[in-house]
Amino acid sequence: MAKSSSSKISESSTIDINDLFLTFETQSEPVHALSDINLKVDAGDFVSLIGPSGCGKTTLLRVIADLEKPTSGSITIEGKSAHQARLDKLYGYVFQTPALLPWRNIESNIHLPLEMSGYSKSEQKKLSQEYLSLVSLSGFEKKYPWQLSGGMQQRVSIARALSFNPDMLLMDEPFGALDEITRDRLNEELLRLWEKTQKTVVFVTHSIPEAVFLSTKIVVMSARPGKIIDVIETNFPKDRNLDIRESKEFLKVSQLVREGLKEGHSDGS
Amino acid sequence: MSERGLKRGIVMEANRLFSMLIGGTIGPVMILVTAIIMIWYAGAVYLNSSFLIDRYEKNNIEWTFSELASDSWSMERPVLPSPHQIAKELKKTIWDKKITSPRSLVYHSGVTLSSSMVGFLMGTFLGIVLSVGIVYVAALDRTLMPWIIASQTIPILAIAPMVVVVLGSMGIIGLVPKATISTYLCFFPVVVGMVKGLRSPSIILVDLMNSYSASKAEVFWKLRLPASIPYLFASLKVAIALSVVGAIVAELPAGAQGGLGARLLSGSYYGQTNLIWAALITASVISATLVTIVGRMERAVNNRMGLQI
Repeated sequence: MAKSSSSKISESSTIDINDLFLTFETQSEPVHALSDINLKVDAGDFVSLIGPSGCGKTTLLRVIADLEKPTSGSITIEGKSAHQARLDKLYGYVFQTPALLPWRNIESNIHLPLEMSGYSKSEQKKLSQEYLSLVSLSGFEKKYPWQLSGGMQQRVSIARALSFNPDMLLMDEPFGALDEITRDRLNEELLRLWEKTQKTVVFVTHSIPEAVFLSTKIVVMSARPGKIIDVIETNFPKDRNLDIRESKEFLKVSQLVREGLKEGHSDGS
Repeated sequence: MSERGLKRGIVMEANRLFSMLIGGTIGPVMILVTAIIMIWYAGAVYLNSSFLIDRYEKNNIEWTFSELASDSWSMERPVLPSPHQIAKELKKTIWDKKITSPRSLVYHSGVTLSSSMVGFLMGTFLGIVLSVGIVYVAALDRTLMPWIIASQTIPILAIAPMVVVVLGSMGIIGLVPKATISTYLCFFPVVVGMVKGLRSPSIILVDLMNSYSASKAEVFWKLRLPASIPYLFASLKVAIALSVVGAIVAELPAGAQGGLGARLLSGSYYGQTNLIWAALITASVISATLVTIVGRMERAVNNRMGLQI
């Protein structure tokens, strides 16, 4: 099922972005959404993109997903173009909202990408069972999205993104709309999922504790033009839980991120 | 039981009856229907009285109000027939006549219903095809919509005789010209509703499909079409009522042999108001039934799609 991590490590980087710029042409004046982006993400990394709103973190994630085209610069994913990577279904995307189809029940929502990848009905059934149990939602197969809470819906959306076993998980503030208690629980759950599935994760957030808690690599961005200010590596044990947020190390990294964000802010104004 | 207890019992019983009367659906509807029928009878007296009074005066007949009322409710060719006269006419033309008789309203309803159903199906099909074109082809979006809207600004009464005559001169008579008029009325709500419905999926859902590198056909069948179903049903309810109107209007010119429109026409030739009203009521019952059927289908589909409890 899950590809062995060793085969991934043999490649140099999973995501390789060089001198990337993206400018939106608007009627009044061009908006420099991304400017001079250089970023390498290794297989199995958990990378958070953090920054104030309008810093282009979501745009960068969309460029990786080939939902947005860069103006200049290069981006390769496992040695392929972003476009090819999308066609090869190398990533699962989790949006800010669960984005479930209201007329499909939970199981059938998870079948959506599988149907389009040509899985047989029995395989679809097997995979939806497997991934629903992975996000602790066994027994909800026949329920419809509106019958589930926001947090449960977002877990379905994560199961759906994982169901076709892509190498990468791209997540755009997936827990932004949830209350803090649910968010904490889902953060722990996501960490456990990441450890189990060995996926490469790119995670957009504007919460410092969330970024520090989850990531192996924190990319700090600033706004107008959107650029990378700092990349902070962390070294927490893989089986960490929320208690780690009280530790000295955690506070130190948080402080670093906060200073990075502050620096970006003074740069921008 | 003490007198007070009895009194309280009566009050409670009265309260119960009253809340039964206005609490459910049957009570209010009955009250409304009764009110309408009473107003109707009053209106029949009011509208028919001037003719009757003229006649009384010409023949020097003494009259009282009750005589006037009973006379105005039993005229052969009243300005406004009373409800029981229409009921009698309906019974005569629906139950007492054979279905195959040209005087049977069932027969005429069948004629109208068949052309309106054909028109409804064609109009729905045409509407869906046009809406898909408008949503998927940018050029059609800009060029087609103004024409579609313009088509509906032409009074149907003006265009119906022309269509019937033109098609008739080409040797096409009977059901097809009438169904064409129904189609002409039906396709419009379907186009408007379906264009909105096909465009209703949020950007996030379209992005989701793109993230799976879904083909255009997959986006259509798995996202846009299911999302448009509630809009389609809203349009179909309008369209199916219009299809009956279209068929009746198409039967009015050219002296069609059958159909509720032909009945309306011959009723007005001979001043048989009872007949006209009977045909009108039959037409509205048919329309209401059809709209109800579409509503039931909508509920069944919604249930299947999990959109309702």
